[in-house]
Amino acid sequence: MLSRVGDSLYWMSRYLERAEHTARVIQVQLDLMLERGAGSDRRNWVHLARSLGVEAAPADSALGESSVQALLHDSSERSSIVTSIMGARENARQVREQISSEMWEQLNRLFHAVRNSSGQNIWGASEFLHSIKEGAHLFQGITDSTMTHAEGWQFIQAGRFLERTVCLSILISVHFRAFHHPDHPESERAYLEWIGLLRSCTAFEAYCKAYTAQIQPDRIAEFLVLHPSFPHSIRFSAEALEAAIKEIGREAGSRRSSPVERISGRLRATLGFGQIDEIMAGGLDTYLNGILRQCGQVHGAMYQTYVAYPVETALEA
Amino acid sequence: MAATASKNTLPPPFDRYELDDAYDEMADSSGAVRPHYQHLYQALLGLPPEELRRRQQVADLSFLHQGITFTVYGREEGTERIFPNDLLPRIITSQEWDCIERGLEQRIRALNLFLKDVYHDGKILNDGVVPREIVYSCKHFRRQMRGLHVRKEAYITVAGSDLIRTPSGEFVVLEDNLRVPSGVSYMLVSREVMKRLFPQLFRKCGVQPIEHYSQLLLSTLRALAPPGNVEPTIVLLTPGVFNSAYFEHAFLARQMGIELVEGRDLVSHDNYVYMRTTAGLRRVDVIYRRIDDDFVDPLAFRHDSGLGVPGLFNAYRAGNVSLANALGTGVADDKALYAYVPAIIRYYLGEDPILANVETYLMSDTPQRLHVLGELEKYVVKAVGESGGYGMLIGPHSTAEQREEFRRRIEADPRNYIAQPTIHLSRAPCFLDGAVQARHVDLRPYVLFGDKVSIVPGGLTRVALRKGSLVVNSSQGGGSKDTWVLS
Repeated sequence: MLSRVGDSLYWMSRYLERAEHTARVIQVQLDLMLERGAGSDRRNWVHLARSLGVEAAPADSALGESSVQALLHDSSERSSIVTSIMGARENARQVREQISSEMWEQLNRLFHAVRNSSGQNIWGASEFLHSIKEGAHLFQGITDSTMTHAEGWQFIQAGRFLERTVCLSILISVHFRAFHHPDHPESERAYLEWIGLLRSCTAFEAYCKAYTAQIQPDRIAEFLVLHPSFPHSIRFSAEALEAAIKEIGREAGSRRSSPVERISGRLRATLGFGQIDEIMAGGLDTYLNGILRQCGQVHGAMYQTYVAYPVETALEA
Repeated sequence: MAATASKNTLPPPFDRYELDDAYDEMADSSGAVRPHYQHLYQALLGLPPEELRRRQQVADLSFLHQGITFTVYGREEGTERIFPNDLLPRIITSQEWDCIERGLEQRIRALNLFLKDVYHDGKILNDGVVPREIVYSCKHFRRQMRGLHVRKEAYITVAGSDLIRTPSGEFVVLEDNLRVPSGVSYMLVSREVMKRLFPQLFRKCGVQPIEHYSQLLLSTLRALAPPGNVEPTIVLLTPGVFNSAYFEHAFLARQMGIELVEGRDLVSHDNYVYMRTTAGLRRVDVIYRRIDDDFVDPLAFRHDSGLGVPGLFNAYRAGNVSLANALGTGVADDKALYAYVPAIIRYYLGEDPILANVETYLMSDTPQRLHVLGELEKYVVKAVGESGGYGMLIGPHSTAEQREEFRRRIEADPRNYIAQPTIHLSRAPCFLDGAVQARHVDLRPYVLFGDKVSIVPGGLTRVALRKGSLVVNSSQGGGSKDTWVLS
């Protein structure tokens, strides 16, 4: 497979995962803001932006609202939903012949839905956000059931789960910094915040099944970071990422894949053998920063190995 | 030359079918339907207009869903359009086709010998058959190709020559496209659609197949591979998704099962060309390039090209990779050189041309120029380096201002223009606005030349969908229709 094709499939998938994540986080936060009352508006907007890894926090509440609005529809905002969907479609267009027609049509539909809804007020965006999540899920389902699960599909998997690992790490880390104060008993409002975090990871129901509705930050951390089979846990994502990378290495069939497999294997092991009490004692923040750093290394190694490798190293192989 | 009154006495849906001085593909001069159009004619009489409309919609939808679009340059909005496809086939008898086929084969062989000669010994120039100035002043002449050995001496791998039918019914060559001719995907797709829409008619007529085009193209390309490699790697080089013919590039690559690459996918190293794959670099033997000469290699040609592959030309010169078509073929489809093609055929093959040329006046020749400028309203003036219907003046349909403008341009740069008498292209039935109407058509067959010459029976019939228009280019309101060569 051409390197450019692998790269495009990978980015298509990353962008789409990010669009879905952004839509869900914004929707959950909008719900929460209704509960929180108007007094804390400014802090709310800043928190929302940070949860998505967007910095440059806005100064006052009006500005905050407009900057979240930008996260929906502004194509000049790098992390906005519309930018992500456009990025996904643009990458898909470059490899139009490599993906199934059904995939292309669904992505096109999503793209047109996003374009047609611009200018909508953020408080009326609920349906829009829902359609993004649904559209992205549909695309993933179509991809899994209409595309050969060969090398290209593995690049899609790798992109999806790398992006998910990154998004979850940022979200969880920001949340714990803001709301986890072990010295103080949890207030009524914080309870809602923790539910919000779980909802942002589609994890509320799954968490309740495991631990009942009793909200305990340590358990939440364990569930979201280390759960082996919940698809929006960091560990699950890292394992899926590693599996995809191994498959790519096998399909590409050369020794050159070893560095990227080593790095992704280390990431998986870090999570697979992690203990939540140790992690909390050492600082969840520090731990998640380590995960983020490793994600960056996996991305860099993949790019070096499969896409932008120097001519000389490839000739030796 | 306005259309003379209709001699039409045909029943609906043909009641709006007009006949005039132009050759009509369906009806003879008395208005009677020609034998090879009888099946189609009878079938149309039996079909209500609603049914025809429904089939037209099915065809349009099929084109839309496959994303068969082309890009119109020079306009800001709505630049991407669905290629209009007419519902009714254009029918050619096997005798007519036989003549076309022999004529094109002869023409391609001669032009190929001409290219080899021009880039090596220049005998034809020394003998004064073709003036040196015409060749060396052509903007598609590539001095880098001088003395370079082209594998199998096959310069023109894929050619698309435009044929028209004069009022007498004779097929003549209007121009040759020897650089990167496009449109063959429309031919293949519209055949697929037609077979679904008119299965019975198709069987009854006995149409010769064209579906093997992709295999023929692949084996033609394979023949160009450097020796010593049993399984050569062949790729199709596209400028990318923004090119007007991207659909076709992707289509052909998929049909042939070869990689569709962009310039950035290829690297040249030590005079070999490789493509970047996830499994490492893979050597490339043959490149079917759909990029103009100028953009192929920024080191050898236009240095501002971001589409090409730096170092590709050196690998080509070293014989480690083949290009199809070869570079520099544009010198043989220059519209001024066109006037000399009959002489070129006689010079190399010692034969008379089977397909005639359209009478052509070179504006660089003073007596010819004065003659044409005297009656500009009778001629079609074309810029020699342009294609796609751009830079053209159609005398009878022009305003005095446009003629004045062209007069100035011709006098400023006579080498850049030719003139031809306005020819009424033949007309064929088209389904428009719920009725069958006559529109002007041309024919572009695709000629492949590797170990041997192969031409699939048929080609792209282009239609000027606007009433009375003589311009069939897709960028100028033209469409296409399927071409049936009977067996």
